[in-house]
Amino acid sequence: MSEVIDFKIRWGMVIDLDKCTGCGACMVACQAENNLAPQVDASNKLRALNWLTVYRLSNGKSFPDHEVAYLPRPCMQCGKPSCVSVCPVVATDKREEGGIVSQIPPRCIGCRYCMASCPYHARYFNWYDPKWPGDLDRTLTPDVSTRPRGVVEKCSFCHHRWMHAKDAAILKGEDPMDLPDGAYITACTEACPNGAITFGDLNNPKHKVYELRQSPHAFRLLERLGTEPQVYYLSKREWVRRQGDNYLEHEATGDNKKV
Amino acid sequence: MDYSKPVDAALFPEGCQRCSLTRFMAWMGILGVILLWGLYAAVRVLGFGLGETGMDDYFGFGLWITFDLAVIALGAGAFFTGLLRYILNIDELKNIVNLAAVIGFLCYTGAMLILVLDIGQPIRCWFGYWYPNVHSMLTEVIFCITCYCIVLIIEYVPLILENRQLARSRFISALAHNFHLLMPLFAGIGAFLSTFHQGSLGGMYGVLFGRPYLYREGFFIWPWTFFLFILSAISAGPMFTVLVCTIMEKMSGRRLVTWEVKQLMGKIGGTMLLVYTVFKLADTWFWAVDLLPREGLTFDQMFYGWIYGKWLMWTELLCIILPVIFLLKKSTRENPKIFYTMLTLTCISITLNRYLLTVQALAIPVMPFDAWRTYAPNWAEWGACALVMAYAAMVLSLSYRYLPMFPQEARLNENK
Repeated sequence: MSEVIDFKIRWGMVIDLDKCTGCGACMVACQAENNLAPQVDASNKLRALNWLTVYRLSNGKSFPDHEVAYLPRPCMQCGKPSCVSVCPVVATDKREEGGIVSQIPPRCIGCRYCMASCPYHARYFNWYDPKWPGDLDRTLTPDVSTRPRGVVEKCSFCHHRWMHAKDAAILKGEDPMDLPDGAYITACTEACPNGAITFGDLNNPKHKVYELRQSPHAFRLLERLGTEPQVYYLSKREWVRRQGDNYLEHEATGDNKKV
Repeated sequence: MDYSKPVDAALFPEGCQRCSLTRFMAWMGILGVILLWGLYAAVRVLGFGLGETGMDDYFGFGLWITFDLAVIALGAGAFFTGLLRYILNIDELKNIVNLAAVIGFLCYTGAMLILVLDIGQPIRCWFGYWYPNVHSMLTEVIFCITCYCIVLIIEYVPLILENRQLARSRFISALAHNFHLLMPLFAGIGAFLSTFHQGSLGGMYGVLFGRPYLYREGFFIWPWTFFLFILSAISAGPMFTVLVCTIMEKMSGRRLVTWEVKQLMGKIGGTMLLVYTVFKLADTWFWAVDLLPREGLTFDQMFYGWIYGKWLMWTELLCIILPVIFLLKKSTRENPKIFYTMLTLTCISITLNRYLLTVQALAIPVMPFDAWRTYAPNWAEWGACALVMAYAAMVLSLSYRYLPMFPQEARLNENK
C-alpha cells in the first residue's frame, strides 16, 4: 500500500459548501480550461467527462425541514493516493513539489484500475474519440494536451496555470516556490461567482487556505479511509459535515477528523 | 485404404476412433458462426472504442474482468495438476495432465485476448514491461500471466508434436521426447509463476483501501485476498478439468479417463477447497465485524436490492461449503451425480466470487451522498466472451481429434 507523501508546498482547496449554490460555473470553467470535448449525448452522466462534478446533498427531511447543499468534487489530490500505487505503468504519480497527482495520458494504457481504486469517482475514461465540431477546436487551451480515446483523465488543479505563475514569478525576480496567495488559482476558483472555492498552499501560513482548513467546520471527504485529501470543505451545518464520511449510528460527526 | 473410417483417420491418435469429418466440420461450423459474431464485437470495440461496451466511469471493470478472473481460476488445473504430476510425482495424474495443460493454455490465451480488448489503448500493451510500476499488483499480474502463457505454450507444443503423422519424423519425435524430459522444470516454473499471479489478481482487489468492500489487511505486502485467490484457484482448477473431461466424454460417447482418476482429482480439489473455505469464512467474518465498522460502515450497507443482494454472498458461501462436505466424504464422492454437482457448484462459487469482487464492489457508493449504480453487460461484451469460448471449443475439439491427449482412451474403449 502507498504511504502519505508530503511536500513543502501542498496546493489545496477549501470549498465553502454554505456559499455554493450549485450553479455549475466551476464545471463549465473546468471543461473549457482543460479541453474537455463537447459530447454528442451527455445524457448518460456515468460517461460524461467532468473533471469536477457538483453533487447534490439532501438532509433527507420533508418540507419544511428539507435542506439541500451542493458539493463540488474535483480530484482530491490525495496525500496517500489510492490510484498512484495501483497504476501498472506509472501513468499517474505524486512526485512533484506541490503535491498534485499527475496524470500522463500518453503513458496511460486505459486499464482503468485507477478508476476502480478511487472512492471519489474523480477519474474519467475517454470512451470515444474526442471531437470538437466545426470551429470549436479554436477554443482549445494551448497549454493543455487533448486526450485520445482509451485513456483515463482527471483534474490536475489546472497545473499549467502553476507553470505560468512560476514563469511570471521568475520574470519578476521572485521565488517561484514561494508564490503569493492568489498568484496561482484554478479555473474553477476563478469562475465561482460566490467565492465558495479558495485555492492556495495548505502549508503556507500566508495563504488563506492555511487558516480556513483549520476551522472547526472544516472536513475532508472519506477521511477514515486514510487517503489524506488536499481538498477541504467548510459547512456550519452538521448534517452536511456528516455526509463527508461514513459514520456508524453511535459515532459523532468528525470523530475521525485529522485536520 | 479403409473407406469405413473417416477420411482424416490417419491423423487420429493410435487406437482411437473419431466421428466422421463431415460431422466434425458441422460442429466446427456452429462454433465458427459464434466465433464470427464475437469477432464482429471485437472489431467494433477495437475500431470505435470501449464506448461500444456497457461499461461506464463507475463500472470501469465489468463482465470482461469477471470473465478473465474466472477462466484464469478455472484454468489453474494446468499448473496445479502439473505440479502434482511432475514435482510431487502423483503418477495417476499423467492420464489427465495433458487435458489440464490444454485447458490452461486456452483459458490464459483467451483471457489475454479479452484483455487486449479491455484496455483502452491495446497498442500500448507493452508499456507494462517498459514502464513497470513495481508497487502495482497489476504489474506482477502482467509479468506472470504473459510468462506463464509462454510456459503453457511450451507444455502444449509437445502434445502437438505427438500427433501420429508428425511423430513419424525422427527429429520431431526426438524433440517431443526432449520436451517431455524438461517438463518437470516447466511445471516448476509454471507453478511459481501461476501461484504469484493468481495471488496478485486477488491482491489487486485487496490493496484497494478506497473500496471498503474489497480492502483487506494481510501478511507483509500481501492482503488476504492474495492467498484466497490462490486457494480458490487450486480448488476449482482440478474440478473444472474433470468437468470438461466429462463433457468431452458425453459429446464423443467415449471414456477418456478412469473414474478413479476423476475421483482423485475431486478429492484433491475438495481438500484444497476445505482450506479455502476455512480462510474464506474467517476473512468474511473479520471483514464484517472489524474492517467495515472501522470504516464507519455496516455489513448491511454492502448490499442493495435483488441485483446486489445478500443472496449472492450466501450462494457463494453455500456453493463451497456443500462441496467440501460431499467431496471429502467417500460415500458421497463416489456417487457420480453428487460428485459432478459438487464440482459444478464449486466452479459457480468461484465465478460468483470474481463477479462480486469486480462488479458489486464498484456498485457500492463509498461517498455517503452517492447512489448505488447498476451494471449490465451489453452484446459486445457477451460477444467477446463468446468469441473466446468458441475459440477454446474449436482448439479443444481439434486437439481431441488429432492429438493423443488421453493415454487411457484406447484401453478404456477397446470393446467399442
